Amino acid sequence: MTTAADIGIWGVPLAIIGGAIRVSTPFLFVSLGECLTERSGRINLGLEGTLVFGAMAGYAIAYETGSPWIGVLAAALAGVVFGMFHGWICKFKGVNDIAIGIALMLLGMGLAFFFGKPYIQPVAPDLPSIPFGWWSEIPQVQAALQVNALFIIGAVLAVVLHWMFRSTRIGLTIRVVGDSTDAARAIGLNPNTVRLLATAAGGAFAGIGGAYLSLYYPGSWNEGISSGQGLMAVALVIFARWNPVNCFWAALLFGGAGALGPALQSVGVTSGYYLFFAAPYVLTLGLLILTSSPNKAMEGAPGELSITK
Amino acid sequence: MADVTVTQASPSGALLARWLPRAEAILIPLMALLCGLAVFSVFLIVLGKSPVDFYALIYKAGFSSAFSWQNTLSRVAPLLFAGLCVALPARLGLVVIGGEGAIVLGGLAAAVLGLTVSGAPAILGFAVMAIGAACVGAAWIGAVGWMRFKRGVNETIASLLMAYIAIALMNHLVEGLFRDPESLNKPSTAPLPESLRVGDMPIGIDVHWGFMFGVLACVLAWILMDRTTIGFAARIAGDNVRAAQVQGLPVGRLIIGFTALGGACAGLAGFFEVSAIHGSANGSLISGYGYTGILVAFLARHNPLAIIPVATLLAGFEASSGLIQRRMDLPDATILVMEGIVFVVLLLSETLYGRLAVFNPKFWGAET
Repeated sequence: MTTAADIGIWGVPLAIIGGAIRVSTPFLFVSLGECLTERSGRINLGLEGTLVFGAMAGYAIAYETGSPWIGVLAAALAGVVFGMFHGWICKFKGVNDIAIGIALMLLGMGLAFFFGKPYIQPVAPDLPSIPFGWWSEIPQVQAALQVNALFIIGAVLAVVLHWMFRSTRIGLTIRVVGDSTDAARAIGLNPNTVRLLATAAGGAFAGIGGAYLSLYYPGSWNEGISSGQGLMAVALVIFARWNPVNCFWAALLFGGAGALGPALQSVGVTSGYYLFFAAPYVLTLGLLILTSSPNKAMEGAPGELSITK
Repeated sequence: MADVTVTQASPSGALLARWLPRAEAILIPLMALLCGLAVFSVFLIVLGKSPVDFYALIYKAGFSSAFSWQNTLSRVAPLLFAGLCVALPARLGLVVIGGEGAIVLGGLAAAVLGLTVSGAPAILGFAVMAIGAACVGAAWIGAVGWMRFKRGVNETIASLLMAYIAIALMNHLVEGLFRDPESLNKPSTAPLPESLRVGDMPIGIDVHWGFMFGVLACVLAWILMDRTTIGFAARIAGDNVRAAQVQGLPVGRLIIGFTALGGACAGLAGFFEVSAIHGSANGSLISGYGYTGILVAFLARHNPLAIIPVATLLAGFEASSGLIQRRMDLPDATILVMEGIVFVVLLLSETLYGRLAVFNPKFWGAET
């Protein structure tokens, strides 16, 4: 077997690029979902729970039906249910969307662990990937450029969402509701309905992100499958200034940070493995500190968003 | 003259105005708890399990005998401290949910400090361990408050990220620098000497001193929040930051102080877990008490005194997890699902405050 050491130190950046593509996909989907929800003026911290439940539901359904794509669909549907639940509860007066998000995060994980117990052992079919590295003889290049179809769908989705916010009626509707509840009411929109739908769609994206975790990378279902990716994606949206295309680049950056530990390990650097494991969290926190401001509202932030008020 | 007595609230009216808000603050969460348990019962029925059996097992395993009370009460201490870690910053309107990180690092600090002072008298050793754990926890969560005040970073996200970083840091240190070479399968710090293990209280059942200190911390936190000018200032800053700043209140010091105090409590939870339960710092510290503490604080409506009964109830639920798994063939996540449902219903009940006629003095015929 060829090891990374054969191409020397070049194995590290290559492994990081490959890892960034692999690791970033769940970040990408969750952050796009959260971006959509936050643009409508609500924050859903429960996407971490949706991600974990999506991972379980996707894996279980893929195992039962034999088709990973039906699993992805099931994960998206589960995400819709969680999103609609969040959107529905938040319409009541006096209910805090951040607190509900925390509760749904715990509930989503609880339900996923509850129903996922029988699926820890069995092996479900994986999602297919496309070998973009066919032109190279070097196995590391081939491995790094094995790109999953969901990553490409996510990239396209980022561009589509960007276009939608800028140039379509739906996008404008979401932006108006997100910037001012009163203005939206004045032009005859129902803010609660728009937010319900935006949160439901955001939940669907997060569910798909979860299905990617269990059906492709790491590619199995267990209770430790997510380590805060859903939550980091929420922070990532702030860093990306609520712009879907920026979400894509930010997701790649976070994916690269997440791939740092395994990449260094592959060339024999094993000390401080757990510290490298913490790299994405430290990066997230550092970016939040750098890009937040105590005085002025953040540029690009939806006006009704409780997190920036 | 008769007019004057009418416009002044009648004695019964004053009594109602005083007690109805309290009744509301107790009865609505209680109702939410019962409704949440009812929803969970439906969940069990759909799965073909008997809710009656379920609650009977909780009573049996958590609250029925001296042994089950021992099982429950020994889990109360970390929940009291973890609940305070949420409730204290909540007084300023901050939602801090990363108590788990301060518990883990507090526990590690206690274990490491305990080994360095193992020769000293026990009382000194305990003091060093507890103060060290509290300081580490205070620094960890206080940093979240600092980020919030100085940089406007959202404290909910920051605290949870800090929890993940804390866990990675503990794993790193326990696997490396502080590892006891004799801990093979489960990397741990070296075991604490017997003299530095917190013992049981002399009450006939085996419940360690953490319970009493946890209750004491709740009472002190209540005095701080409800009976001092600092607590009053914090409440004003929590209601309206701008107004508090105009009044000249030291908002920054309040935010950092209350988050640090909450973190110190979580750090003490880690100290008691290490000193009374595990005997060394290892992966067992990551047990989810920090997350259950969030539910404890919300159910108690961030009132430190209410945290005591709520933590006891939830500790009983968690104590019965094992028996429920064995007897009813349900996964260990069952309690998590129940807690999640109760949490959601509880937050939904927030919409009822000020809207139920029963809690309005007019309902009882009082003129206001």
